[in-house]
Amino acid sequence: MKAVKLTGLLIFLTGFAIFNSLFFVGDYYLTPETAQRIIANPSREELFNAEAAKLFNTTVESNVTFVKRLTEIFNRINQKQLQHYQITEEDIEAIATQRSTPFSLATVDSVFRDNTPISIFKKKALHDFGGWLEGQSFNASADLKLQLQKVAATIYTYGIINNTGFDRYLRKDLTYALTKASANGPVKNNPDLFLLLTIGLCIAGALLFILPRLSLEPGIKNNGIFFHAMKNTGWLGIVTGSWLILFYILLYFLPQYMTNWISMVDPVSLKLNGYEAGRFFLYGFLYTLCILVMGVRMLIHYRHSKYQILRTLSVMFFQTAFAFLIPEILIRLNQPYFDFKNIWPLDYDFFFDNELDKLIAGGGLGLFMLGWGIALIIIAVPVLVYFFGKRWYCSWVCGCGGLAETLGDPYRQLSDKSLRSWKVERWMIHGVLVFAVVMTAAVLYTYFTKSSWVFFFDSYVLREIYGVFIGAGFAGVVGTGFYPLMGNRVWCRFGCPLAAYLGLIQRFKSRFRITTNGGQCISCGNCSTYCEMGIDVRWYAQRGQNIVRSSCVGCGICSAVCPRGVLNLEVKDEAGRFGKPILIGNNNIKIVE
Amino acid sequence: MKHIVIIGNGISGITAARHIRKQSSHKITVISSETDYFYSRTALMYIYMGHMKFENTKPYEDWFWKKNKIELLRDHVVSVLPSSKSVALASGQTIRYDILILATGSKSNLFGWPGQELKGVQGLYSYPDLMAMEENTKKVKHAVLVGGGLIGVEMAEMLRSRNIQVTFLVREAEFWNNVLPLQEASLISRHLRKHHVDLKVNTELQKIEGDAEGRVKCIVTSAGETIDCQFVGLTVGVSPNIEFLKGSGIETNRGVLVNEFLETNIADIYAIGDCVERTYTLPGRRNIEQVWYTGRMMGEVVAQTVCGNKTRYEPGPWFNSAKFFDIEYQTYGQVAPTRHPDEEEFYWEHSSGKKAMHLVWNKTSKQFLGINTFGIRLRHECFDAWLRANRNIHFIVDHLEEANFDPEFFARHESEIIQDFYQQFPQYKPRKIVKA
Ligand SMILES: Cc1cc2nc3c(=O)[nH]c(=O)nc-3n(C[C@H](O)[C@H](O)[C@H](O)COP(=O)(O)OP(=O)(O)OC[C@H]3O[C@@H](n4cnc5c(N)ncnc54)[C@H](O)[C@@H]3O)c2cc1C
Ligand code: SF4
Repeated sequence: MKAVKLTGLLIFLTGFAIFNSLFFVGDYYLTPETAQRIIANPSREELFNAEAAKLFNTTVESNVTFVKRLTEIFNRINQKQLQHYQITEEDIEAIATQRSTPFSLATVDSVFRDNTPISIFKKKALHDFGGWLEGQSFNASADLKLQLQKVAATIYTYGIINNTGFDRYLRKDLTYALTKASANGPVKNNPDLFLLLTIGLCIAGALLFILPRLSLEPGIKNNGIFFHAMKNTGWLGIVTGSWLILFYILLYFLPQYMTNWISMVDPVSLKLNGYEAGRFFLYGFLYTLCILVMGVRMLIHYRHSKYQILRTLSVMFFQTAFAFLIPEILIRLNQPYFDFKNIWPLDYDFFFDNELDKLIAGGGLGLFMLGWGIALIIIAVPVLVYFFGKRWYCSWVCGCGGLAETLGDPYRQLSDKSLRSWKVERWMIHGVLVFAVVMTAAVLYTYFTKSSWVFFFDSYVLREIYGVFIGAGFAGVVGTGFYPLMGNRVWCRFGCPLAAYLGLIQRFKSRFRITTNGGQCISCGNCSTYCEMGIDVRWYAQRGQNIVRSSCVGCGICSAVCPRGVLNLEVKDEAGRFGKPILIGNNNIKIVE
Repeated sequence: MKHIVIIGNGISGITAARHIRKQSSHKITVISSETDYFYSRTALMYIYMGHMKFENTKPYEDWFWKKNKIELLRDHVVSVLPSSKSVALASGQTIRYDILILATGSKSNLFGWPGQELKGVQGLYSYPDLMAMEENTKKVKHAVLVGGGLIGVEMAEMLRSRNIQVTFLVREAEFWNNVLPLQEASLISRHLRKHHVDLKVNTELQKIEGDAEGRVKCIVTSAGETIDCQFVGLTVGVSPNIEFLKGSGIETNRGVLVNEFLETNIADIYAIGDCVERTYTLPGRRNIEQVWYTGRMMGEVVAQTVCGNKTRYEPGPWFNSAKFFDIEYQTYGQVAPTRHPDEEEFYWEHSSGKKAMHLVWNKTSKQFLGINTFGIRLRHECFDAWLRANRNIHFIVDHLEEANFDPEFFARHESEIIQDFYQQFPQYKPRKIVKA
């Protein structure tokens, strides 16, 4: 058995090592045709071609160099555009000398009378950015010049590159797409082989590592967890956490460096949805495999518990079918990409204009999706939480929960159980919920009024902040990267706005609770230790009190690890749910704590 | 405001302190020498097995005591001086008390075996014992355990978790047969063997032999068999930890003698928990009960009395629980290892051999007396109420389903149990139609 495990580990590590080494494999070769296909905009293409002559048709050895060269090209183009299009001192001088009082934008038109692209741009930019000058009176021409200089500065920062160059969004997309398209080498030529050598070996190795556990008697076997370098934040945990954090940073912010990994799954993507893979296809693919393989582990570990078996099968199913396959098949059918089990505000961009437009444009099915998404928010969440507790979502359906309950299960004991962390948790998670609601309200306001300014902030900036800091930073980088450092539910506990919403209902209006069995608790602490949400279960159990906590995701592990059969997840009549803490045993005392 | 001094920061002493604090503003000092803070002794095995860290076994965070104005003093009480109402500490300090509560727990029994002082031979009761075990079992291949009780089986599980071979000497015909009826004792024995515990029944320890360095090298059984081993766990029960009371005038027998108000013979001195021996009898209960729950209940009761609400210690129906490797056990009421002529019994065992139920009742009155359950969780609340209400066996069988406390989706066995029951006792007509 040991030998099988060891073999599994070696195979896994081999696959993992190859996977990582792909980062450095291959070279890059950009042709003008590729650039044309990807940039797909004649005027920008022209700019690009002018600067990229030296890069075209040459072999670049590494992705780091290639990306650096692209960056330089974009920088040069933008610099040039700024020089071309900036409003010069002479321009300002010319406008100011016209001496119209009060100031009229007509003077601008008279200064830029010729129809060169530069004049057209300047005229339009001054109108767009300096509209507020219209009709203002200035005592001295120096005052007017000062204001015009300010407008010129704004145009310099916000107007020129966005309209005539490559702004940062475009650069990010193009850098990624050009890198991926220019990649050359073994991975690109043999994606299937490399998929087998990396992910294939990892899966095979992991399964070999996991399966021998079947030879142990069924039951709770948490032996050695706190001696383990991986499971007790030892060196291995820190290495793993760091790797995950890096992976997420690449995924969200620097996808241009992971093009080899993405190319590897191109064939899979093509088969499923008919397109080449993007970074989020790779992510979804790996994510689903993690849930499936580690789900098998979960099934074996808890094979004595029907509750755990069904729950694990459920998250495996919802991830594979709902989060992964169905959306890809929808794309193949030319329908909008849609995850039928993702619920706002976890699905924070559900109400974004582009998403709404996409669904509305999607015809009957699109409208159904829109209605379905809204029904999940306002009907499914409250009704199902009332009948079953928030677990119906968090530990049976949700993808984040699914990963936490499978890949994250080995780390559940690392969550902080202190009272202080509970306090922090309540502030943070409800803070994110408020943020999500405000952000969505602003986005919807913009959607209906077409005005991006809501009170004193810009709804586009707000949603970008949310996307970067909450959507990518918190849910991704911290949420998964911190598994080996702070437990497997960092995001669900401290950040998920949907968990906060589900939790509020669970706390105040639900039939769900964890009951304690009379006076049987021996305060051993297994329940608290293995609570991934950091609930100090024992605090309640040892005083004979039901556990009614908004954060409880109903994973049922406390009940499974309790050596005295004290805890049970139950749904029953709401009455008595907050029952007084009473320990059974004494005749003469009814202790009410 | 009185100064209440409690010796011992285990479950009994700490429960007393917490409940006194709830009801009064007396000054409370808890003196204890084993650890700085209260921890759960019952979880010692899980530290060794790596399920938890010592930190995880502390039921309250360290700030709790200060916030609740419960003063903790890490020191050892060497003597109690009732004449001056004070206790003398190992540090040389003396502390005056108005009220003294003894909650000093137990210590492991040693029966004077030759070689019991050798290195690598030990019992398991305290945290220092656990550290010693950690040290003593390093590089050990084979261990022998002596005495088939709950701590013994925990030690077996601990050692097996580190792949140490275990030979388990048990005096009885099966494991824990002095407490469990033979059916259950056999069921557990089978399970232990499945976990590769070499169970030697009807066997006692004769002597332990050491090597030149004074380390255990083998044991000899009562049958004369020599077993090589590098570790010996002596788990032949515990007895009250009361030596330091000698000469204090506090009456003791095996434990500190107390009346139903948990008072000792000396005014203002009480005793609770494992160290207590009751001078009065309670039906169906032993006078020394060394379990977690009794310590907790005594702590609750003594707090009432100390705060002016004089309360009798009257525990309700007996209950207890344990876990033998993977098999959970709960018991409610009285199930003696052998049947009294007045008693009738019903035993059901699942085909897996890992689940069982054993019900006992009075033959003539049909009054239900107690139940043992293995691998099926039962509701304490139900059985507590049913035992108090002197329900008959009919009622219990017919309501068995209500008492199930297993998690959702678990296989349910009540209908099979009920059917078996009525098959075996056709004279008891079922009240309910039982579905097959
Ligand atoms: C390994 C193990 C597992 C167990 N499992 C279970 C179980 O599953 N279920 C169950 O019901 N029971 C179990 N028990 C029994 C249960 O733990 C005890 O009944 C209970 O802890 C007794 O509590 P107590 O407060 O009376 O004494 P203790 O917990 O022993 O506390 C007494 C404290 O007082 C200190 N002390 C003693 N004398 C002095 C002195 N002179 N000066 C200063 N300090 C002193 C001791 O060092 C000790 O720390 C188990 C016991 C052990 C050892
Ligand atoms: S695991 Fe069970 S016995 Fe241990 S503290 Fe929790 S509820 Fe109590």
